Amino acid sequence: MSLSPDDVKRIARLARIETSDAEAQATQAQLNTIFDLIATMQAVDTRGIAPMAHAQEVFQRLRDDAVTETDRHAAFQAIAPAVENGLYLVPKVIE
Amino acid sequence: MKWETVIGLEVHTQLATKSKIFSGSSTAFGAAPNTQANAVDIALPGVLPVLNKGAVECAIKFGLAIGATLNRVNVFDRKNYFYPDLPKGYQISQLAKPIVEGGALTIVVPSTSSGQSEERVIHLTRAHMEEDAGKSLHEDFHGMTGIDLNRAGTPLLEIVSEPEMRSSAEAVAYARALHTLVTWIGICDGNMQEGSFRVDANVSVRPVGQTEFGTRREIKNLNSFRFLQQAIDYEVRWQIETLEDGGRIEQATVLFDPDTGETRMMRSKEDAHDYRYFPDPDLLPVRLTDEWIEQVRAEMPELPQVKLAKYRMDGLSVYDATALTSSRATAEYFEAVLASLSPSPSPGGSGEQAKLAANWVMGELAAALNKAELDIAQSPVSAAQLGTLITRIQDGTLSGKLAKQVFEGLWEGAGEVDAIIEARGLKQMSDSGELEKIIDDVLAANPKSVEEFRAGKDKAFNALVGQVMKASRGKANPAQVNELLKGKLQ
Repeated sequence: MSLSPDDVKRIARLARIETSDAEAQATQAQLNTIFDLIATMQAVDTRGIAPMAHAQEVFQRLRDDAVTETDRHAAFQAIAPAVENGLYLVPKVIE
Repeated sequence: MKWETVIGLEVHTQLATKSKIFSGSSTAFGAAPNTQANAVDIALPGVLPVLNKGAVECAIKFGLAIGATLNRVNVFDRKNYFYPDLPKGYQISQLAKPIVEGGALTIVVPSTSSGQSEERVIHLTRAHMEEDAGKSLHEDFHGMTGIDLNRAGTPLLEIVSEPEMRSSAEAVAYARALHTLVTWIGICDGNMQEGSFRVDANVSVRPVGQTEFGTRREIKNLNSFRFLQQAIDYEVRWQIETLEDGGRIEQATVLFDPDTGETRMMRSKEDAHDYRYFPDPDLLPVRLTDEWIEQVRAEMPELPQVKLAKYRMDGLSVYDATALTSSRATAEYFEAVLASLSPSPSPGGSGEQAKLAANWVMGELAAALNKAELDIAQSPVSAAQLGTLITRIQDGTLSGKLAKQVFEGLWEGAGEVDAIIEARGLKQMSDSGELEKIIDDVLAANPKSVEEFRAGKDKAFNALVGQVMKASRGKANPAQVNELLKGKLQ
């Protein structure tokens, strides 16, 4: 499998990255080398091997349902670019 | 052409835990912005999620309540998308191995044409755990958007039904049954205004007889049963009109505007996100042991469908039994009334008492609670008091009408049932000599009615009964009045 220039443009759009045609072309070549790597991995015979979510037979540790955190928003917001009335301010996004 | 509607619902329920699903921040509603968002919730670099045992137990309870398969090993995935109220850039959710798969819910659909309620079983596809996002406030902050991350990380159970509903009424009945169930088993507070129970509806239409589904559109974020009904009705009309005008339906996500009653497109399939799901490397698979599941099961209350079946065995109608199991508090109140009746209902012979108790709980009591905007758990009239009141109706001390006056006394806090009967002189007249005298007086005072009755006017009889009841100040036994009056007029 390899990517077309249109694929690259579409991926860039989904990732909200602005790309020039030259960048798209260079990125296309780089991404296609990744596909070559994936093709090598896909050539491995995995018949009879159960899919797994983790490499080891270990399971998630759980914590009891208790409130252990205190309000630290002043410290967190000290490093935020823009804050008002306790809210973080970001460029307007409306779907 | 005749069209059939196909509806499937996805419901997001906020789980009633104290802390968030992956952090120890509080989930309490209504705090000042960002005061309940810690380093994990705002996604500072280097933080790691730790799963809340309480959230998993909520999901287990739900799976048990609907008779679903609980996946003994289930896995969290990352669902990647960009939005400022999702600071990590991904939502932790479950895709390939959700905690709950399958199961079913019995719903009661009120039928408009025949007046008969109809029971239906709706199957569920799955239910999975995930985290809620923060809130974006689009009011004007100098052209910027304000972000409150208090809600970020609140545990959700997303409950997905099969596309088995065929009308907005069925969709509402399903959503109501689900709402009753999750609040009943205590995994969700059910507060729709606060967003604890949010419904997305997948709606499509197809010609009757066609087996393939039509193209669906998804209506997002409906936060009341009324909006759910309105949005589906509008969407179905719109889809049918579009198809009949020769158009085609494009798969899309739409929003419902309660002000106009219309749905409008939010995004088409072309713009659909590619979520790039993959197992979250920060979280290990979750294991449910049989022992843990049994512990959780032991903590669960008797389920609404079990109680509903019992009430039907007691001789109550589907309608009554459904209303009494509309919330756990209502069912518990009703059972407490039955338990305090004297003599207590005997098995098999309890139908009449159960019906009388049901009528009082859903009639007089529900109306008074509704008027005072109180929940049944806050009722000023206790179940024991209502039980005594019903006992006094059954032993003939009170007529239905007098009982209502006693109920008013109970509601006002005027004391116990027998004390109110005594103090207000509400005892039903049992002395037939006294009653006969009243009847004689009434007959003497209303010769015209007597004449009319003898001339064959039945209405005149009722007028006389009314006069006797009035003269007895409501204390005469209506059946006895009828009988004595008839005897005297013949």
